[in-house]
Amino acid sequence: MSAPLKPLPAWADVALIPLVNVAAAFFISGLVVLAIGENPLEAVKLLIVGALGDLEGIGFTLYYATSFIFTGLAVAICFHAGLFNIGVEGQAYVAGLGAALVSLYLGAFLPGYSLAIVAILAGALFGAAFAAIPGYLQAKRDAHIVITTIMFNYVASALMGYLLVDVLRTPGQMNAETPGFPHYGDVPQFHELLKPLGIHWPVTPFNLTFLLALACAFGVWALIWRTRLGYAIRAVGANPTAAIYGGISPARVVIVTTLLSGALAGGMAANVILGEEHRLILEYTAGFGFVGIAVALMGRAHPAGIVLAAILFGVLYQGGAELAFDKPKISRDMIVVIQGLVVLFAGALEHMFRRPVAALLARRTTQPPI
Amino acid sequence: MDPQASAAPAIELIGIDKRFGAVHANSNVNLKIERGVIHGVVGENGAGKSTLMSILYGFYEADAGEIQINGKPVRIRSSREAIDHGIGMVHQHFMLVQPLSVLENVMLGAEGGPLLAGGAKAIRKKLSELGAEYGLQVDPDAIVGELPVGLQQRVEILKALVRGAEILVLDEPTAVLTPPEADQLFDMLRVLKRQNKTILFITHKLREIMDLADRVSVMRRGEIVATYETAATSPPQLADAMVGRKVILKIDKGPAHPGGVALEARDLVVLDDRGVARVQGVSFALREGEILGLAGVAGNGQSELLEALAGIRPIASGEILVDGRPLPPLAFDARAMRALGVGHIPEDRQRVGLVMPFEACESAMLGFHRQPAFGQGVFFSRSAIIADAARLMEAFDVRPRAPLLKTANFSGGNQQKIVLAREIDHNPRIMLIGQPTRGVDIGAIEFIHKRIVAERDAGKAILLVSVELDEIFALSDRIAVLCGGRITGERNPDQTDAQDLGLLMAGVSERAA
Repeated sequence: MSAPLKPLPAWADVALIPLVNVAAAFFISGLVVLAIGENPLEAVKLLIVGALGDLEGIGFTLYYATSFIFTGLAVAICFHAGLFNIGVEGQAYVAGLGAALVSLYLGAFLPGYSLAIVAILAGALFGAAFAAIPGYLQAKRDAHIVITTIMFNYVASALMGYLLVDVLRTPGQMNAETPGFPHYGDVPQFHELLKPLGIHWPVTPFNLTFLLALACAFGVWALIWRTRLGYAIRAVGANPTAAIYGGISPARVVIVTTLLSGALAGGMAANVILGEEHRLILEYTAGFGFVGIAVALMGRAHPAGIVLAAILFGVLYQGGAELAFDKPKISRDMIVVIQGLVVLFAGALEHMFRRPVAALLARRTTQPPI
Repeated sequence: MDPQASAAPAIELIGIDKRFGAVHANSNVNLKIERGVIHGVVGENGAGKSTLMSILYGFYEADAGEIQINGKPVRIRSSREAIDHGIGMVHQHFMLVQPLSVLENVMLGAEGGPLLAGGAKAIRKKLSELGAEYGLQVDPDAIVGELPVGLQQRVEILKALVRGAEILVLDEPTAVLTPPEADQLFDMLRVLKRQNKTILFITHKLREIMDLADRVSVMRRGEIVATYETAATSPPQLADAMVGRKVILKIDKGPAHPGGVALEARDLVVLDDRGVARVQGVSFALREGEILGLAGVAGNGQSELLEALAGIRPIASGEILVDGRPLPPLAFDARAMRALGVGHIPEDRQRVGLVMPFEACESAMLGFHRQPAFGQGVFFSRSAIIADAARLMEAFDVRPRAPLLKTANFSGGNQQKIVLAREIDHNPRIMLIGQPTRGVDIGAIEFIHKRIVAERDAGKAILLVSVELDEIFALSDRIAVLCGGRITGERNPDQTDAQDLGLLMAGVSERAA
């Protein structure tokens, strides 16, 4: 048993601790870079310049960050209800199917931007529907959501593999992907939007979904801290017994929360499928759903923190790709190592620096008794 | 042992100081405990008793000060070091492994090697020696979980003695015992004292101090404020020293004027989480304007009964009637019961009545958060929530008056006041009150008791569940005793006493002629 310390001031809790954790992750990563015979400082410089050095880099960084905001929010909203949704990867994957089906088959009936809007909603709906099953099993059958969502990732993978290879693939086409969508149903990319305004932005997949992601982040904040549903979600997450005492049904809250989580996961389909690829491709989620867990942990389940953490991971993705390109010795896997370390320090070892930081701050603010 | 050492006190604490951030839990504590005495420590919740004992037992290390055992300064950094210095701790919540046998529990941590057989043999021998020496017989092969609570506590004491404890520290040892079991414990402690063991006894029950202790030290706000020979002090003097001002232990209460039956239970059967019937056919009728006290040792079904009446635990059979109308057994929950005018102050405020990470203003609307007063439509009105909490805190003297402070950061007494304020403010006609003053300090007890009586005088029907007989006597207009899930008797408080109730609590349903 250890003595409790004075609670940290809020700014240290939300800003300083995550920064220290990221710094520690980068420091260890630097040692790894050193071990494979490269200069860590040079590597960091290449990474930062690659991600933020020009508008092209920034465009890619924010494009990745958009997906991370959605998957991070999806994980975080479940955290608030005390649920660990590991299935965001699968939910985002199936959401892509919803967006693709609308774009492929309803294009003739939905003119103009309404196609994109309906496709986005269909993505959210499919994501929610896929999350609903583990949510229902958790709420009514006590089947642990960690186990069921892990299994449902495999279900998603197998289902989508079958559909893309055997059902939706254009005959004669080698790639496991759907035909391209009608172009008027695309979510517009920023370089297209800015061109008429006379602003030249290099061609990047950075699209309007980014604004939707920010709106969702704000919406999640308002939902969690300013509505009765959010109150019920937090009550169930913090103390289900007290929630029952307060006349809140935990089963209902669990189901509603997983539905919302799946819908948020579906936002990734809007970004990648409708905003960039314009067709559904095999394994399009590429692990972004899992990284969402790290984003949510690092952002401490707060939407503002999630946006910042998502941008950090966007930097790692984009900068890491540039780094791997410039330094063949540093493979893309190095970025996975850095991500792993960030998860380790920001998630698993979240409290490791808490005591030293608290002790340091306490020493600075009050003189020790002599 | 040389004579000089035996003349030194068994424990001497010199200038012990301990801070947790801004909280000064122990400040310059000096305490001398002579060998072979029973020394009581009393104090309100948060007075620093538990911190002091944790320092003695190596859970915390003091910021400053010295511990001397038999006159020699020692450092105690872990419970193992405490045991090495002959200090044994009997915790309020037993540190026992329920499915293991007595022998296995006693052996835990003292196996004496990777193979159990040798250690087991030695411990078995020691247990039978201790049993003979101190009259502490327990069947070493009995499963701990199947033993009554009093015997489990005996196992805890044996654990300490087997490890060679010369000094026993008992933290609120009678909280879970029936009065007869408590008497047995006291007899046991007196035997240990005759064998020159030193006993440090922490409690907030003054009666026990007067009964058992040779000497008593009073703690207040982290300091030892007084030490008395028990024979030369009295409960009022101790109570005043604990609180630092005059305390009225007995509240003024006029006669009840009961009205019509508000809440009735008929043959209620309620199961606990494991499916064991904890309430086995309970019937009672509660009238408006009266307090029905439900006495009983913790764990005899009162928790489950209260939860069932509040709608947060399903009933297995029987019925509940509110104003003479039966409730459908499956169609009610806490929300429905609140709508019927049933307020519930749960026994365990931290686990049930409050959400600890919530801001106080959020906890102060739990159960009523759907009311339009807290915001029309989808969104809450933060200003309305905060203003409402501030009003409740003012009315019930919750300290600090900080609606945005986390619930967990309030002291136990103030947390209880938040629950009480919330439930009373919504003006229920029927109030279910569980352990209203558990862990609450004496000053707040006075306030809470007065409020409960005031609610009765306003015509509320009040069901009071308490394991504190003093509280049952102070508040009840009628007393029913629950034992083993059944009501074993009902008494008029003017025509009974603790001994009589103690028999009922132990399951003796007929008064001995």
